[in-house]
Amino acid sequence: MIRVQREDFDVGAEMAAMSGRNIGALSSFVGLVRSKDGDESIGAMTLEHYPGMTEKKLAEIEAEACERWALEDSLVIHRYGRLEPGEQIVLVITASSHRQAALESCAFLIDWLKTSAPFWKLEERGDGEDWVKARASDDAAAERWAVKK
Amino acid sequence: MKLLYFAWLKQKIGTGEEDIPLPDGITNVGALANWLKARGPNYGEALEDLSVVRFAVNQEFADLDHALAEGDEVAIFPPVTGG
Repeated sequence: MIRVQREDFDVGAEMAAMSGRNIGALSSFVGLVRSKDGDESIGAMTLEHYPGMTEKKLAEIEAEACERWALEDSLVIHRYGRLEPGEQIVLVITASSHRQAALESCAFLIDWLKTSAPFWKLEERGDGEDWVKARASDDAAAERWAVKK
Repeated sequence: MKLLYFAWLKQKIGTGEEDIPLPDGITNVGALANWLKARGPNYGEALEDLSVVRFAVNQEFADLDHALAEGDEVAIFPPVTGG
């Protein structure tokens, strides 16, 4: 399931809500707003996205995970709007009969989401605002899943 | 066609969305980007370096040589930074 929302989410409640006939492993990833980038403090950030394309891309990524791993259930929640340091941004949960499928598909989902879901982060810093730049390391993280295809 | 701009492209261009007829002779994304650049200094500045700009046509990522048709939804934005 895919959810794009402004509101916060409850990781425990979402984990408990995963359903399947034979779940033996739940894996999760939660992304939070950092308070520092190196030595520089970050005040808060605003996440902008492309309504329509966001849901489409997230659904595609989730469908691909379900094709590549034997999953009982999966969930991706991504928030948008203004978020303070420490707040939750993104949640990925995967449920499978065994740990390897759950762990790998969870890593796949967050790696691919970072490079293919149309979100942009505007960080508030001491002297103004900065759009976060894409990192080559994120592309490399996504790429390692492409070679296995 | 519908044009959408996001993040700093929206700020530099000064709008997030506009409807225009597909310009005469414009057949792909790269040609549209060059046509937009000539529309004004705000577009020129936003689209000056296309290596830091990404495109989507009808909500799918698209290269500069992706063909365009009347009625397409074209989005212009920086590389994504979600997650």
